[in-house]
Order: sequence, then structure tokens, then C-alpha cells
Amino acid sequence: MATAYLPMDSSTAGQAATTLLGVIEAVGGFIAILAIVFFVAGRATGRLQKPIAVVICLGPALFLVTLGLIIPAITTINNSLMNQQFLGQLNTKYIGFKNYAYAFTDPYTQQTIVRTVLWLLIVPTLAVFVGLLMALLVDRMKYASIPKTMVFLPTAISFVGASVIWAYVYNYVTPSQPQTGLLSEVVMKLGWSNPPNWLITVPLNTFLEMVIMIWIQAGFAMVILGAALKGIPDEIIESARLDGASGVRLFRTVQIPMIRTTLVVVMTTVMITTLKVFDIVFTINNGNFNTDVLARQMYADMFVTSQVSRGSALAVILFLAVTPLVYYNIRQLRREREIR
Amino acid sequence: MTTTTRPPVKVQQPLTGKAAVTAVRKAFSGSLASAAAVLIGVIWTIPTFGLFVNSFRSREAAATTGWWEFFVHPSFSLSGYNEVLTGQGGLAIPLVNSLAITIPATIIPIFVASMAGYALAWMRFKGSDAIFFGIFALQVVPLQMALVPLQQYYVHGLQIFGITVLPSPGINGTIAQIWLTHTMFSMPLAIFLIHNFIAQLPSSLMEAARVDGAPHLRIFRSIVLPLSMPAIASFGIFQFLWVWNDLLVAKTFGGTSPDMQPVTARMQSLVGSYGAHLDLLAPAGFLTIVIPLIVFLSLQRYFVRGLLAGSVKG
Repeated sequence: MATAYLPMDSSTAGQAATTLLGVIEAVGGFIAILAIVFFVAGRATGRLQKPIAVVICLGPALFLVTLGLIIPAITTINNSLMNQQFLGQLNTKYIGFKNYAYAFTDPYTQQTIVRTVLWLLIVPTLAVFVGLLMALLVDRMKYASIPKTMVFLPTAISFVGASVIWAYVYNYVTPSQPQTGLLSEVVMKLGWSNPPNWLITVPLNTFLEMVIMIWIQAGFAMVILGAALKGIPDEIIESARLDGASGVRLFRTVQIPMIRTTLVVVMTTVMITTLKVFDIVFTINNGNFNTDVLARQMYADMFVTSQVSRGSALAVILFLAVTPLVYYNIRQLRREREIR
Repeated sequence: MTTTTRPPVKVQQPLTGKAAVTAVRKAFSGSLASAAAVLIGVIWTIPTFGLFVNSFRSREAAATTGWWEFFVHPSFSLSGYNEVLTGQGGLAIPLVNSLAITIPATIIPIFVASMAGYALAWMRFKGSDAIFFGIFALQVVPLQMALVPLQQYYVHGLQIFGITVLPSPGINGTIAQIWLTHTMFSMPLAIFLIHNFIAQLPSSLMEAARVDGAPHLRIFRSIVLPLSMPAIASFGIFQFLWVWNDLLVAKTFGGTSPDMQPVTARMQSLVGSYGAHLDLLAPAGFLTIVIPLIVFLSLQRYFVRGLLAGSVKG
């Protein structure tokens, strides 16, 4: 690691060692427990052998999803119908759908919802567009892996890291000074002498934040769509070519219909990610300057301004918006599996 | 890969007239397409490249001029990295924390999920299909829905109608609750990916082992686990990147002290305080992304395989 050659004060090194030792202990302990359970249960024979094995293998997973997903989801739905203001509050009572009514009538939340819908329409469309364009361009290219990796790389970068990276693109300095932001530099070279302070200019800032998300998601779309394009049987492409189809026409009449299912699945997958976008908006300007989205406002309601029930209502709205998308994806995946 | 290098030598006789024009246009569009692809690739890389360059410039230069000035007035310094790593509240401890969070949160789900995947695929019992699709369908639950109730569980234990059903695990305020949270949230995808792979192992292999009298647990340990390594690798990389890059869980369960935070959470608070320090933001940002980038670049093949196996991360 890069830290090795730097003079580190002993307390830091000690703390690091303690932390990592704890990790080794935990992982080692976990595997040791598993080994013991396997050894003891392995003694069992006869009629009980299979039921015991089922419980040992399936039990932990079922326990974890029940405790971590099923019960919390039900609790959150329940919370969203109450007037809870903070965690552990006594004297809460059911107030019906008032939190939902609030979400859809409060002007600030209304704006948040509209903005989230804008994200949902623009980001997946453009990410899929770039991804598909890229997949088509490199389909028959030599050394395709180099430009592909360049576009795919941001997939590995956290939203926080991406926000920092793009801070150097959107940074604003008074036009008379030397510029530090790439975008200002470029538009000034192109003749726009007084560019705005990008990230606090409404509504431009929302779209600039969307660009970051598109930058991250395009690689994912490219990889999946590229694989789908490769999956079209050569004979189909060949016979279409013999019929005189090439370029745009080949693309429009043969390739697009053949990968339509994949296109929609990629679109909905990016939509699901976009719906939950939180990190970018949170890091760049914490939802200020009219950039707030559903997932960030929900986080703030729950953990910053202590309006647990209102936040829970937003979480349920998010859940209801995601459900049809996931359902559609699962159905498509199962159908494709059956065909294969 | 078979379609990438098909030479366009279908027609051997010399072309004339319209056919020649078409052929030329086709060849041109081929290299034009490549040029466009490279152009997009370069545009996609410029922002990261800028961060990279800036992180190695002298702090004064990085604070006052754009990174492209490096090619006109080069300056090189590691003092930004030094400050970020050794300074008060810097990134050294958060980097260790990130590792300490990510490694167990990747290894534990692998074991739990492959055990469940084996049980659901090869120990057929009444309702095993229903359980598989039930777990898979849980991908619809956005983790945002689980945050508040989970936090309540970690502090007070699980209570139903005021009765404590399950005591608090006593890990509140430690990174163990981040491991546990990530393990829970990873289950639907992990079981889906690994189950699908295990289910495709040859049944003759399983039959043979069972005829030999091997119990299920031994079949799992000595046959299924070693053979499932490709699926486990795909999921492992997926989970590693997911946990390392996560901010929401870290923010919710990691507390606000730099001693507990992983790099993403620390970085997020530093953007506020380093915001005016463009010189420190770059090395800090680069340290945040460098480990996932290395993992990604060296294991990209497995990652892509995992993506193609149909992943809808909840």
C-alpha cells in the first residue's frame, strides 16, 4: 500500500494493526464456527442427516433475510403510517396516509419528486444511448478492449470518488483568474467569456450532476449490450447483408429488434440505480441549490432532521416505484432462461 | 470475439462504379467508427486523468491553476499525499477501515450464500423452489427501507408489540454492524448468482458422491465449494466493489468519528472541509478510488461474467 513509505506515527500504525487484527479474528472465528458445526453435524447419520443439513445450510441465510429485509420492510411501512419524529419516541399514533399526503402536497417534496422523475427519464436514456453507440462502434474493431475499458472504468469508481473527480471539471473561478475547472476553461476558450458558477446555477446544476451518473452507468450498458450484439447469430447478420442492409439500416431493422429485450432490461436496471441515487447529490452540494432527489431527502428526513415517519413514507414511495421495474426485469430474465 | 476480425474479402474481382464507392465508404466508416470509439473513450477518461495528474502536482500549483497546466509548467510533489495520509483526520485510518469492512463483508456472504445455494439446488424438499424465488424477489426491497428498523434493532433488539423477541446483538457502534448489514443486503443477489451456478453442476457427480455414501455437508465442502469458484469469484468482486464504494450504509451505521469511517464516508465529509483546498482534494480522491480500480482492472473478466449472469442489485 501507498502508506508504507510514509513516516506514520505509532498510534496510527497501532490503531490500524488493532483494526486489521480484529478482522482476522472475526473472519477466522466465523470460519472456525462453520467448521465445528460441519464437523459435529457430519456425525449425524440416517433419517436425520438431510433435515439437519438443510437447517445448517439454509438457516443462516433465511435468518439474515428475515432480520435484515423482511421485518425492516414491514416496520418501515408501519412507521410511514405513524407520527414518529425520532427513534424510540414514546406516544406515537397512527395518522393514516397523512405522511403520503404531505409528500405529494409539500412544495419542496413535490419539487424533489419532479426532479427525481427527470433523473429517471434522462439518465437511463442517455447512458443506454452512449453504451449502445459504443457497443456498436467497437463491435468489429481491432483492439476494442482499450476504448471499452476506458468507458467501463468509471463503473469501479464510487459515487463519492466520481463527485470528487468531477469537482475538477465543474470548479468555478472568477473569469479574471486562471481557471481550475476544465469546463470553464473549455467554454472560455470557445469564446464564452463569463461562464456561470456551474454547480449553484439552477437548473443547470441538476443536469450537470446527471452527467456524472451517465458517466458511471454508460460502461455497464455498453458491456451488457455489447454481449447481446455478439449474441446475434452470424447467419442473421450475413443474410441481412446479402439483402443489402448495412450501416444504419442493418442496425435499425435487424440489430435493434434482436436485442430489444436486453435494451429494456439495461434501461430498467439503470433506472433502479438512478432512483436510489443519493451519494452524488449528497456529496456535491447536499441537495442544496435545488438539486435534492428522493433518496437524499429521505436520508435527511430519517437521520438529520428527525422526521422518521415522513422519511419512511418516502422510502415506501421509492419501494413502490422500484417494484414494477424489478418485477419486469425478473420476468424477462426468467423468460430468456427458458428460451435457452 | 469471432466477429471482430472478419476480413471484407467476399468479392474478389475489381470493383467499379457504385460498388467501388460503397466499398470505399464501408472501409472508411470502419476506421471512422474506430476513431469515434477512441474519442469517446478519451472523453470518458479525461476527468479521472485530470484528478490523477493534479494529485501529483505541487500543492501551490494544484490550488491555483488547472491540471492541464502541468504539461506547460510541470511540477511534481508528493506533499499532498503526505498531508492527506498523515494529517489529522486524514485518510490513513479510513483506508484501513475500508479494508476492515470490505473483507469480512465479502467473505461471510460468500459462505452463507453458497451454503444456501447448495441447499436450494440439490437438497430438494417441499417448498425449496418457493424459498428460492422468495429470496430472489426480496431484491425489490431498497436498502433505504431497512435502515431505520435495522438501526433500532442494533440498539434495542427486535421488539414486536413491545415484547423483545431477539435481544440486541451488542455490536452497536462497532464495524461488526456494518458487516452484518452488508451481509444481509447482499443475500438476494448472492444466492441468486451462486445458486444458478451450483444448479448447473453435473448431476452425475452428485449422484456418484451420494452413492458412495457421502453426506450432504461433505459433498458441499469437498465437491460443490471448489467447483463453484467461478461464480464465487464473480460475486466476490461484485460485493467487494459494492461494499468498498458504499456510502449509505457506512454513513448510517459508521458514526461520524474518522476512527470508524471508511474512505467513502471520510471523503464525503472532506469534500466539505477540503472543498476550498483543491490541492488536497485530488490526492484524497485518488486514494479513495485506487483500490477498487486495481481490483476491477485485474479481475474485470469475472466482474463482467457476474454482470452478464443477470444482476439487479437491490
